[in-house]
Amino acid sequence: MTKTINLTLKVWRQQGPKDKGRFETYHAKNISTDMSFLEMLDVVNDQLTIDDKEPIAFDHDCREGICGMCGCVVNGRAHGAEKGTTLCQLHMRHFDNGDTIAIEPFRAMAFKAIKDLAVDRSALDKIIQAGGYVSVNTGGAQDANAILVPQEVADLAMDAAQCIGCGACVAACPNASAMLFTSAKVSQLALLPQGMPEAAKRALNMVRTMDELGFGNCTNERECEAECPKEISITNIARLNREYLNAGFFSRSI
Amino acid sequence: MNWITGTLGSSIGKKLLMAITGFSFCGFLAAHLAGNLTIYGGKDAFNGYAAHLHALGPLVTVAELGLLTFFLVHVIIGLILFLSNLKARPVRYAVNKSAGGRTLGSATMPYTGAILLAFIIFHLMNFHFVDKTDTTIFNIVSNAFSNTGYVAIYIVAMVAAAIHVSHGFWSAFQTIGANHPKYMPLIRTVSIAFAVVVGIGFGFLPIYIFLLA
Ligand code: HEM
Ligand code: SF4
Ligand code: FES
Repeated sequence: MTKTINLTLKVWRQQGPKDKGRFETYHAKNISTDMSFLEMLDVVNDQLTIDDKEPIAFDHDCREGICGMCGCVVNGRAHGAEKGTTLCQLHMRHFDNGDTIAIEPFRAMAFKAIKDLAVDRSALDKIIQAGGYVSVNTGGAQDANAILVPQEVADLAMDAAQCIGCGACVAACPNASAMLFTSAKVSQLALLPQGMPEAAKRALNMVRTMDELGFGNCTNERECEAECPKEISITNIARLNREYLNAGFFSRSI
Repeated sequence: MNWITGTLGSSIGKKLLMAITGFSFCGFLAAHLAGNLTIYGGKDAFNGYAAHLHALGPLVTVAELGLLTFFLVHVIIGLILFLSNLKARPVRYAVNKSAGGRTLGSATMPYTGAILLAFIIFHLMNFHFVDKTDTTIFNIVSNAFSNTGYVAIYIVAMVAAAIHVSHGFWSAFQTIGANHPKYMPLIRTVSIAFAVVVGIGFGFLPIYIFLLA
């Protein structure tokens, strides 16, 4: 038998970037505990549509925790309180009948409000554009084993590459800093030989772009690491600091 | 942009300056505490320590100017970072919960810092910029601490200092990029241990002198 629960939702509603925004209260009735958080919102939106009211706008895409599109702050926690989980993978069995749930968008100056719970996180794309890539020659592909990479190093790079760019680290950071995201994107390339040629320029340009976009400054609060759905470690932030300071003081790049 | 100001002016650069200056204050605190412990050796031991220190003459002045410069850098950049971090989230969350990353120390850095700033000015007015003719430093100190108000202010300030360094010490390692799986657990333990030593070491001195007087 599926268990169902009834919930009270306090949802942030905001017409657009200029609107001040406010909380509205909704009742979510007969929610199956097998549903995901987003499916619960779908149910609420169905009812709102039937009642001829504006449905709640929220971001989502894959709904299987890999695209990085979803994300809200649920009861003060980015992607909700479950560890290592995106909002689309957060299941309603983690809530109790009668719970009141506050749902807010990710808040940061660099994330512009679009509508309700949907925010524009393209600032993260701009950081990637500033250097989160490697240049590859065209022509015949070289032998797969031509460049040796120790397994441990490959694993570290893969851990960093798990970042799905959801922006929860920014949302959870008391300073709205994007250091965990940037450090993951720098690390996944800096750790591998293929990332070496552009390493110095990459660190300088990505950090500069991050600063220009209005993200805050990291004060090592470690909230990002605790909240990240992909459990990206702050050892990546230390690596970014090394990469950046090395590039700034010892490389020929300016 | 000049490469030096470009590097140091970035978020990571400003943090580097906080870390270097913060580290040197930690060194200063350790040395200052070691010196102050001579109080337990009695009046003569303490006056003797002060006399030896001042006998270093110009070296002391150079150290003082260095500390003052570092202090201005730490306070001004700390303020810039604090304000720019406020600006980075113009609309606050209505519900805000920690995921377990923050500590008492990390969450209060600007506030414990502000208490330290006020305290350091007060402290220098009490014991540094005073007329020391016809008296000894021990007399000045024991006069001050016969007053319970002074004792209370010093204890509060030392608790603030302990909380500040409990985060500051390990944080400075992370900032300079020194996060290593073999050493980080030790650094975090030393951070707490250092905070306790600073808090109890400095904090108990006023109580001791109060009880002595
Ligand atoms: C004996 C005095 C002090 C010591 C030993 C000390 C030590 C430190 C250390 C080690 C850090 C960490 C740097 C990092 O995270 O990289 C730090 C950060 C900080 N300090 Fe101090 N500090 C002292 C006084 C002050 C004062 C007087 C203020 C303010 C008026 C202040 C404000 C701050 C702030 C706001 C931070 C956080 C900056 C950040 O994490 O980005 N500190 N301090
Ligand atoms: S580091 Fe984690 S929280 Fe930040 S964007 Fe990447 S996946 Fe999301
Ligand atoms: S919708 Fe793709 S990660 Fe949640």
